[in-house]
Amino acid sequence: MTDRGAAPPGAQAGDGAILRIDHVTKRFGGLVAVDDVTFDVKKGEIFALIGPNGAGKTTLFNGITGIFPPTAGRIVFQGREITGAKPHQVAAFGIARTFQNIRLFEYMSSLDNVRLGQHCRMHAKLWDSLFKTPAEHREEQRVTDRAMELLQFVGIEQYTHIYARNLPYGSQRRLEIARALATNPALLLLDEPAAGFTPQEKVELMGLVHKIVDQGVTVFLIEHDMKVVMGVSRRIVVLDHGEKIAEGTPEQVRRDQRVIEAYLGTQH
Amino acid sequence: MKRLLSRLGSILERDPRKDPNAVVFLLLTFGVIAFPIAIQIVTRGSGSFLISQAADAGVYVLLAIGLNVVVGFAGLLDLGYAAFFAIGAYTYAFIASDHMEFTPIHQAIHIPFWIALLVGMFAAAGAGAILGAPTLRLRGDYLAIVTLGFGEIVPRLFRNASTWTSGVNGISALDTPALPIWLNGPWSGDAFAIVQNFKIIDPLAYYVIMAILVAISVVLVNNLRRSRMGRAWMAVREDEVAAAAMGVNTVGVKLLAFSIGAAFSGFAGTFYGAKLSLVSPENFGFTVSITILIMVVLGGMGNIPGVIVGALLIYYVIFNILPGLPQQASDFANSIGATSLNSPSGDWPGLAGEVQRLKYLIFGLILVLTMLLRPQGLLPSRQRAEELQKGVHEDTTIEDVNAEAT
Amino acid sequence: MVGSLKQARIAFVEAPIGRLVNLLVILAVLYVIFILAMKVVGQGPSYFLQILTFGVANGAIYALVALGYTMVYGIIELINFAHGDLFTLGGFISVFLLPIFGLDASKAGTAGIILPLLAVFIVTMLICGAINVSIERVAYRPLRRAPRLAPLITAVGMSFVLEGVMFLWKGPFNVPYPNLLPTTGFVIGGATIGVKDIFVIVVAGILMVVLALFVSRSRLGKAMRATAQDQDATELMGIDINRTIAATFFIGAVLAGAGGTIFGLYYNTMVFDLGFSAGLFAFTAAVFGGIGNIQGAALGGLLIGLITALWDGYMESTWTQVIIFAILILVLVFRPTGLLGMRVPEK
Ligand SMILES: Nc1ncnc2c1ncn2[C@@H]1O[C@H](COP(=O)(O)OP(=O)(O)OP(=O)(O)O)[C@@H](O)[C@H]1O
Ligand SMILES: [Mg+2]
Repeated sequence: MTDRGAAPPGAQAGDGAILRIDHVTKRFGGLVAVDDVTFDVKKGEIFALIGPNGAGKTTLFNGITGIFPPTAGRIVFQGREITGAKPHQVAAFGIARTFQNIRLFEYMSSLDNVRLGQHCRMHAKLWDSLFKTPAEHREEQRVTDRAMELLQFVGIEQYTHIYARNLPYGSQRRLEIARALATNPALLLLDEPAAGFTPQEKVELMGLVHKIVDQGVTVFLIEHDMKVVMGVSRRIVVLDHGEKIAEGTPEQVRRDQRVIEAYLGTQH
Repeated sequence: MKRLLSRLGSILERDPRKDPNAVVFLLLTFGVIAFPIAIQIVTRGSGSFLISQAADAGVYVLLAIGLNVVVGFAGLLDLGYAAFFAIGAYTYAFIASDHMEFTPIHQAIHIPFWIALLVGMFAAAGAGAILGAPTLRLRGDYLAIVTLGFGEIVPRLFRNASTWTSGVNGISALDTPALPIWLNGPWSGDAFAIVQNFKIIDPLAYYVIMAILVAISVVLVNNLRRSRMGRAWMAVREDEVAAAAMGVNTVGVKLLAFSIGAAFSGFAGTFYGAKLSLVSPENFGFTVSITILIMVVLGGMGNIPGVIVGALLIYYVIFNILPGLPQQASDFANSIGATSLNSPSGDWPGLAGEVQRLKYLIFGLILVLTMLLRPQGLLPSRQRAEELQKGVHEDTTIEDVNAEAT
Repeated sequence: MVGSLKQARIAFVEAPIGRLVNLLVILAVLYVIFILAMKVVGQGPSYFLQILTFGVANGAIYALVALGYTMVYGIIELINFAHGDLFTLGGFISVFLLPIFGLDASKAGTAGIILPLLAVFIVTMLICGAINVSIERVAYRPLRRAPRLAPLITAVGMSFVLEGVMFLWKGPFNVPYPNLLPTTGFVIGGATIGVKDIFVIVVAGILMVVLALFVSRSRLGKAMRATAQDQDATELMGIDINRTIAATFFIGAVLAGAGGTIFGLYYNTMVFDLGFSAGLFAFTAAVFGGIGNIQGAALGGLLIGLITALWDGYMESTWTQVIIFAILILVLVFRPTGLLGMRVPEK
């Protein structure tokens, strides 16, 4: 966690929220994709966002990461308001993400994908790059070592020099996580990391998520599959049609009447 | 030889036996050294014109290397690249000739060539930054249009603002570049001698300087490609949203690529103006921009040796083969007795004239056919080769990745 | 609790320098308009009316060409650089067809030209359409899934190919176009409004109205709009994407062919590389109006025609092109959605 700006002293003292979604609304024309949603993600937890198709989960992630800034409301990260920040600024603040429909740099090797993730933590200036200064050389070395470490961490070191597009599907998802971790985040947003996985793969992935949290990274994940989510997170927020319809522990959420309706509603 | 090969290989951090680029680099280096010697032997010492032309080709090589940073590395289409070339050349004309005496300034400026090179470079890079800063935020292909518009505006500005630029006449008698020290010898037809403040007139001197400048550029650009910046360009080219989410300031890195490209163009323009000792607004039109683009595309976008080969090849075709072709065609017609072909009648301009008219068609066909038949260019970079053959990520659905995996 | 969140909102948005630039640009534009207005007032109303007539006629031609740019961009997001050259080619083809349909200078201004001219128009438009469809089939379709740079470069190449063909055909010289239309006109308020002017405006107007009706009413028009929105979804609905895109190229070229013929009849001269700057002007018009937006293209064409005429008429015409390209850059930078907003979803 090198040069991330430390949270201002005093902010968040006591409640331990790393991310605060504060009355966030996002409209696309007439469609309200996220409707006045408020909740906190606490430092060090695995927090889950669930909801049926089109509930606005990805839209909320896009709002947090600055891809589509919210129409109204505020997003506060580590006590600092980041509403309207550019995506690269958000990454520099310490929020990394993966995408629901994998967005790797397909024609770059796995290694380069992860090295790129460290871009915003590197210091080489144009001058250093042009003349390959010793400092630049050392930095490249360090970045390469770290990338190898991360590839190993997510368990795809055998694909180090393979183009991302040629990786098996599951490994592509893992590579995306490695690339996100390379930005050295305090908060990791995972958008349906287990989509398309077999039950066995899902279990492995949950293991990886726990490993990530053990490294001191807070994880905030979206998952369709209620069963998967229940097994991994302590706290869940449920979105439906852009609205927050429930928040609480897996047990509370499971018994919530509106949640049951929302899920039954989408099945028929 | 073998040691040289491995040295070059280690510069590229790759095994030269497996890497065609190292071989191309080696051949190019060898060719650059052998060329003037071979020419002088073949033409029995009267090869100055060809050597001079080779130095001019070097200008285009520089331009192509620079445009490659923009188009090949960062994936931005710059259709007004000649504008920066013009800015570099005119900057030299302003600050290294008597011309300023005849403008409202009434004071000639004579900046030494080597400093002027930097000034021209920074002037062009500055123009690039000013143009790029607002435009690079927009959709990718808007840049193509903005640069195209800019490329049309700049030569017209130089032509219309005649109080400052003497308009269509251009500016002539620019200062001859000088070197602090130069070694005379048999190659210049003199005895061995060390000369100070040597005025560069001899084509061979231009050739040598050009070769050195190109070599330096290749090393620097290659360093860039393998750096943090190079990776960021590649990422932005592939997926801007993902790159931004990973902390890459996409506008910033695109602007950098665009400005570096402009800097190269300005640098080359300064050199070009100095060597020609003349600048005129007619030398920087759209066809120049397109010529350089063709060099990059045909050579292999993103691959430095490819782009150099493309530049040399296209230069040779445009400035050597095409100009001689009409004469050859009409000679050929005469030799087979079809002299009537050579006499103009009605819409028929005569064979020579008709062949002369082929230039546009050849330009166009090179571009279209390259993109259709060999979109990766003659010597592609590894990424580009796969990317252009298999299409971009849009057609990779989760399904076919799954299929690949099983 | 919310009180504890009171942190300084980070100023991510506009740097003050950006505002300064905006202000300077607005001042510069206002200054130019002011100078122009002074000259307009100084020269009197009849000259202004004359320039206006000329500008509208000119603008009608730009609008026809701009429609092709806007439709193709709307549907496949390709800046079809070759489109301007297709416009020129339309002029070249029609000048070739005129004698075949028995039209020459001796018939100028007589009623006998109407039917043959109509035939020339139709044949030219069909040929242009066929050529453009072939170009799309051969040069653009194979690259539809390729990186965006590829079709763009191909389009630039295609533009050179078309110019090259016309160059081979007619050489670098101005090609005379017979002056067939009546040279008479009406004098209104001291300005002469020629039959030619009216002809251009009426023909272009009819074509544009027909196009607008076609796109909004016909099945094919609906398919076009659907394809522009979302190709994959449209395909799922059982619509043939390839046919729809080909139809778009066809219609664009038909309008360009008509534009080229109208241009020839109006100006009585053409040259092989006319399409380069005319095409850029028309593209500027399309961007000005909001690319992808059909009404926008018409409006943009009209405005570009007027600006060109005003500048040519009141200021130094050597600067006209600079002005148009400057407008192009300024619009893209400050209002990339154009006047009427673009119809292209940001993907
Ligand atoms: N860029 C956009 N423009 C317009 N509408 C959008 C955009 N992105 C999302 N939407 C709409 O917002 C709504 C919420 O979409 P979102 O992708 O956030 O859902 P989700 O909860 O992630 O669903 P899923 O489980 O299918 O991923 C949907 O109706 C979607 O069509
Ligand atoms: Mg989603």
